[in-house]
Amino acid sequence: MSEVPNVVPALPELFLASAIMAMLMLGVFQPRDTAEKEIKASRLISFLSIITLILAVLLVSTLSGGRLVTFQNMFVSDPFAVYSKILVLIGSALAIVISQGFIERHAMARFEYSILIVFATLGMMMMISANDLIALYLGLEMQSLSLYVIAAFQRDDTRSTEAGLKYFVLGALASGMLLYGASLIYGFTGTTNFDQLAQLFHGGGDSEINIGIIFGIVFILAGLAFKVSAVPFHMWTPDVYEGAPTPVTAFFSVAPKIAAMALFIRVMIGPFGGLVGEWQQIVVFVSMASMALGAFAAINQRNIKRLMAYSSIGHVGYALIGLAAGDETGIRGTLIYLAIYLAMNIGTFACILCMRRGDRMVEGIDDLAGLGKTHPMLALGIVVFMFSMAGIPPLAGFFGKFYIFIAAIEAGLYALAVVGVLTSVVAAFYYLRIVQMVYFEEPVDPLDKPVSRDLGLVITGTGLVIVLFFVYPTPILNGAAAAAASLFGG
Amino acid sequence: MFEIGLSHYLSVAAILFTLGILGIFINRKNVIVILMSVELMLLAVNINLVAFSSHLNDMVGQVFAMFVLTVAAAEAAIGLAILMVYFRNRGSIAVEDINMMKG
Repeated sequence: MSEVPNVVPALPELFLASAIMAMLMLGVFQPRDTAEKEIKASRLISFLSIITLILAVLLVSTLSGGRLVTFQNMFVSDPFAVYSKILVLIGSALAIVISQGFIERHAMARFEYSILIVFATLGMMMMISANDLIALYLGLEMQSLSLYVIAAFQRDDTRSTEAGLKYFVLGALASGMLLYGASLIYGFTGTTNFDQLAQLFHGGGDSEINIGIIFGIVFILAGLAFKVSAVPFHMWTPDVYEGAPTPVTAFFSVAPKIAAMALFIRVMIGPFGGLVGEWQQIVVFVSMASMALGAFAAINQRNIKRLMAYSSIGHVGYALIGLAAGDETGIRGTLIYLAIYLAMNIGTFACILCMRRGDRMVEGIDDLAGLGKTHPMLALGIVVFMFSMAGIPPLAGFFGKFYIFIAAIEAGLYALAVVGVLTSVVAAFYYLRIVQMVYFEEPVDPLDKPVSRDLGLVITGTGLVIVLFFVYPTPILNGAAAAAASLFGG
Repeated sequence: MFEIGLSHYLSVAAILFTLGILGIFINRKNVIVILMSVELMLLAVNINLVAFSSHLNDMVGQVFAMFVLTVAAAEAAIGLAILMVYFRNRGSIAVEDINMMKG
């Protein structure tokens, strides 16, 4: 019992954890008695955090071999985990890059900001690699507790603290439901390990199913749907997205969502993979409802952050189509979709962060009027991201939806594919309205001119990924295919 | 003699859990009550875990319960901290005042 566990599969997490401790110490001992020194310390720690995340990406990619388990089967590293972790790490690193300018201007440049983001990232990596209900819960809480604090990070702002409070209450409720489900699963099967659960439910396992297990799965599903903000558990999303500081919203809309989606896939396909018949209808319903709400509720929004919240609910709906299909093609589609979603969303939020007038952030869609005349390059960026979200070929967003719909049709989920296509037509309306606002309205009061270098770089980079995806899609397609295959191989 | 078995523990836990959820949704007065309801939900889960652990003669449930207790303490601390910050800005923690954003 007392032998040392094999730490190699968990090396990126261990590295990240030690680096966070070191950065925390470094930050505490920086001189921070004046505002300038505070900003200097925060710049240093942000820079080190980005380096740490990049090193973690390199460490993760060395593990891309096969399936490794450690810590008494509680922790697993397989190509699926590697793929999702790389997406999450890139999302977090880009979020820190686009945050720095904002937090300096809004008097929230405390060095804990980027440390909290890296802590949340560590929690997400634990979640993605969880192979046991206990590990799942601990990873999820590590992520959530950091996110509650980041949401309320602008602590002298009523809206930010209100967002933090709402996120905390509803997040705690979701964790409670997930935990209740976990306790039922444990009680009625006698194990919390994913591999043993998968064996137990292998091939439908009709004799093993009782009402307790079904209840447990439903509670876990509800908790996870909360974390990915799928309808009917989406009600926190618009408020939190609107209230939280904009770079925090950018972070919320990518990294935690990708991690939660990966966890959702891991839990549903891994331990409960044999019970597809039991949970498929629920996922189909959740997916349809999310797509519909994402399309219709966003039409009347005037605040661009709130609009992005509904848009992300819709995108979660599309990503869930792949899970509803429940086969290798479906999961591959979802993973491709998540990678493209990451690029689109970070790019869009970088554009939103450029929307300032007289050193104040503006968030109305009307404020974009005439951007095509005053800021031609920024306008071009917004147009690329909006066309991509609307799914217009040859931009990346089209291919994301394409692979998802193909998977749905192959799995015989025609209704889901039809609803998906119809809602994406409705959603195109509000994306294209932004384009119309940018190019065909007269500028009233132009936005501030110079776009900061960090934001410009992120917009250019993600924009190029979106535009050039169809030229060289192989890395993402192969990565997603290998990741999906690893879930079904063993 | 009346024997107290697994199902009694599960019923108590289910009732406590439901009370916790109702406490979050029905409560219209005070955010502190919501924090208490969250704790109630987590404790219901702990009763479940310990009852199952004893029923199955398996230690994992009790280990799980220990983790849940620890995380619940951290969660309560963070919740109260966010509540403090909110109170400083708003001067009130009544549930009906948490309405800056529509939703």
